[in-house]
Amino acid sequence: MANELRIRVNDRQHTVSAAPDTPLLYVLTNELTLRGPRFGCGLAQCGSCSVLIDGEERRSCVTPVSAVEGRQVTTLEGLPDWYAEQHKLARSPALHPIQQALLDEQALQCGYCANGMIIKAAELLAQNAAPTDAEIRTAMNGHLCRCGTYPRIIAAIKRAARAIQGTGA
Amino acid sequence: MSASPLAALGRRAFLKSGGALVVGFGLGARPDLAAAQNRARGAAAGPPDPKQIDTWLAIHADNTATLYIGFVELGQGTTTALPQIAAEELDLSLEQIRTVQTDTNVTPNQGGTYSSASIARGGPQVRTAAAEARQALLKLASERLGVPAAELHVASGIVTVAGTRRSVTYGELIGDQLFEIPFTGNAPVKAPADYRIVGVPAPRKDLPAKVSGSFTYVQHQRLPGMLHGRVVRPRGQRAYGVGAKVQNVDETSIRDIAGVRVLRKGDFLGVVAPNEWDAVRAAAQLNVVWDETPSLPAFDALYAHMRSAATQDTIVLDNGAAVDAFGKAAHQTTFATHCPYQAHATFAPNCALADVKPGSALVMCSSQDIYGTRRVLAPLLGLAESDIRVQFCDGSGTYGHSCYDDVAQAAALLSQLAGAPVRVQLMRWDEHGWDPYGPAHVGEVRAAADAAGKIVAYEYHGWHHHWSLIETSQQLALGSAPDEWNNLVSQQVSPANCGAMYAIENKRLVDHRLTTANYLRGGWLRSPLDLSMSFTSEQAIDDLAFRLDMDPYEFRQRNIADERWLGVLDAAARAAGWTPRPGRTARGEGNVVRGRGIGLGTHLSSWGGAVADVEVNRATGRVAVKHLYGAMDAGLVVNPGIVEAQITGQLVQTASRMLLEEVTFNERGVTSLDWASYPVMRFTDCPEVTPIVVQRLTERHFGAGEEVMAAAAAAIANAFFDATGVRMREFPFTPRRVLAALA
Repeated sequence: MANELRIRVNDRQHTVSAAPDTPLLYVLTNELTLRGPRFGCGLAQCGSCSVLIDGEERRSCVTPVSAVEGRQVTTLEGLPDWYAEQHKLARSPALHPIQQALLDEQALQCGYCANGMIIKAAELLAQNAAPTDAEIRTAMNGHLCRCGTYPRIIAAIKRAARAIQGTGA
Repeated sequence: MSASPLAALGRRAFLKSGGALVVGFGLGARPDLAAAQNRARGAAAGPPDPKQIDTWLAIHADNTATLYIGFVELGQGTTTALPQIAAEELDLSLEQIRTVQTDTNVTPNQGGTYSSASIARGGPQVRTAAAEARQALLKLASERLGVPAAELHVASGIVTVAGTRRSVTYGELIGDQLFEIPFTGNAPVKAPADYRIVGVPAPRKDLPAKVSGSFTYVQHQRLPGMLHGRVVRPRGQRAYGVGAKVQNVDETSIRDIAGVRVLRKGDFLGVVAPNEWDAVRAAAQLNVVWDETPSLPAFDALYAHMRSAATQDTIVLDNGAAVDAFGKAAHQTTFATHCPYQAHATFAPNCALADVKPGSALVMCSSQDIYGTRRVLAPLLGLAESDIRVQFCDGSGTYGHSCYDDVAQAAALLSQLAGAPVRVQLMRWDEHGWDPYGPAHVGEVRAAADAAGKIVAYEYHGWHHHWSLIETSQQLALGSAPDEWNNLVSQQVSPANCGAMYAIENKRLVDHRLTTANYLRGGWLRSPLDLSMSFTSEQAIDDLAFRLDMDPYEFRQRNIADERWLGVLDAAARAAGWTPRPGRTARGEGNVVRGRGIGLGTHLSSWGGAVADVEVNRATGRVAVKHLYGAMDAGLVVNPGIVEAQITGQLVQTASRMLLEEVTFNERGVTSLDWASYPVMRFTDCPEVTPIVVQRLTERHFGAGEEVMAAAAAAIANAFFDATGVRMREFPFTPRRVLAALA
């Protein structure tokens, strides 16, 4: 049965009505009408639905909504604010540096994987300011792209790392 | 809104020309109708008349333009490259042009977005329409400014009298009114030497929204009052001929999920619910007994089954006297291969929304061909085509005919049965399990060369079935017989690919067509059959070079007469720093050996050349593609940046298909149902890639969405031989298969 649940998404508190076992993904897409996290497999195999939960990349398609009560959920939409808070910037940038780098590299084709790629790369860059090629490949390995954009995504992550270091942020 | 300004001109032209032509005349005489027509764009069923300029273009009062194109964005850049062509001819900046989503009430029918046709076929249409619109706009400007058109100069849609500051904008001339002129195709187009926008990389127009997260995919679309639907099917399709038969449905099995309805038409079964998670759970939990009678060959018996089944044989090509020529040749090779079913495996399972009412239907889906989707929906819903509106909404990349028509039909059927709008999201196992796969292929090739290294005879035989014409939803709902697509060149042994790059006097190609009903559903998968055919054919060519103790690159050069094929071969070899080497030059120590291979191939047009570097672990059977160099000549390339991205994607996808991808099944059905059971290329295994665009500014456009894959498949296979001295006769190159080949 549906319960009233309070969840915190992108720094805002929301009260949603959902069965506690409902995967977070369906609440984010249907109740909060967010377009970042999206359905890809429902099996935690592809990474389309990734969000940050307390700063760690998690698959919202297999995370029960009840499990995120009292925790911070950040989606693609909230990533620039998350980045600004993390780096103590006075103002949020329009895009997280990895988003800008994906544009600069013209990395995407259909773009459906972009949500998971951006979320995972943001997590990586928060933990490792200058990842090597091998570290990038290992960190990103749980995220699939069917269009074959991996080489450009790797280039974009390196570009974003340089940009973050360059700003001293 | 007022009458078309061109209509007045048209009337004069009409009189001057003695009454010929000028379709706009009639409409222009009725300003009310002209204005209403422009407002009502989309109110009536299409396709709009392709012989009218208004069908293709609108100029707005703010001096921007809308280009109406019938091709869809699949991540391949169509909605950037076609506007580049229009901007070039209209002398607008690219930023001033937008496109709308394809819609059977709005956009012209240019045919489906397949066979890499958007630029090859759509480019010339857009170019000539834009040139004709520009010509009309200059005519108006000439009237307005009182100088001959020859004295006018246009930049960014601002028409200026040469040598003066007197100007008028396109928007001021015709803003938001109809042109009302026929599209004759006769307006002169720019010379390639004058191009400023075509031939130059420009960033994709759709990417900013895709990185910010504001982009709307079909999966995000919602209709007021809609229900969430899921199809209920066995996990994994059976033989195309038998579909899925419901023996019993136990609705009590989901009575704990409130608000769910089970809907059924024939063997088509689905659930709908106001809450999406309820629909997901109900579809999984509903207890259905399906007929599980075996209907497929055993997995390991597939190729023997294909080779012994009755076939319909066609001699595709028979030049010279191939059969006789073999007897006289100094060197000869024969080579037989087994090539698997492969899945589109769209990254997002297909999704569609439908609102079917008595007498009308709206369907939103990710179809490559919205008019084709509308055509097959009509009999299924018992509606006329003109009662149905199909709108394209971007999905994930489809790489051919995935389940987009199937899900559109499923949504429409469930909406009709429910009496409410319904959104159907296929689950991962639905998409993987009920895909119209790229058909399996058995190839047999024989090739011969004389002592001097000239290929003198070539014969190719291919066994495969065609593509399934009936979508799963229709087959289940109506019990439709398993009909097939006929007479499409991409379903056959390809004269464009099999040995086509070499000047061979005696050549014979024979197609052996199987009946799809005994096998899995088939459909066009990016570069249909080409990876299989080049895997077979180009290994035989390589083997001839080996037998002649010749460098495989030089051997190919010697046998090519066509400069376009030579161009891509040389470009790939040059980029890779090819070092001539007779015979085989495996490098490496211990169990890990490295090799390099070269290959050529295409789909129907364009020219592809590739070099591959691979590493093979002889102990584990693991193959890694380390680097792929891919060169493509697609004639005049509108946006080289986009084509480089396309080549990159094609190289990575080819590595995935050659090393990892195969649909698995047993006699009861398909068993590769997700990313664990149908693995694809990931970050850690992804090769380095070097994409090379061979630009031909003065040549016509050819496709660029799939034409280097066949070459890359061949290069990988030839590199494996170079590393190991063993030829692979089956792909994908899984450790089990590689160890068996090396044993």
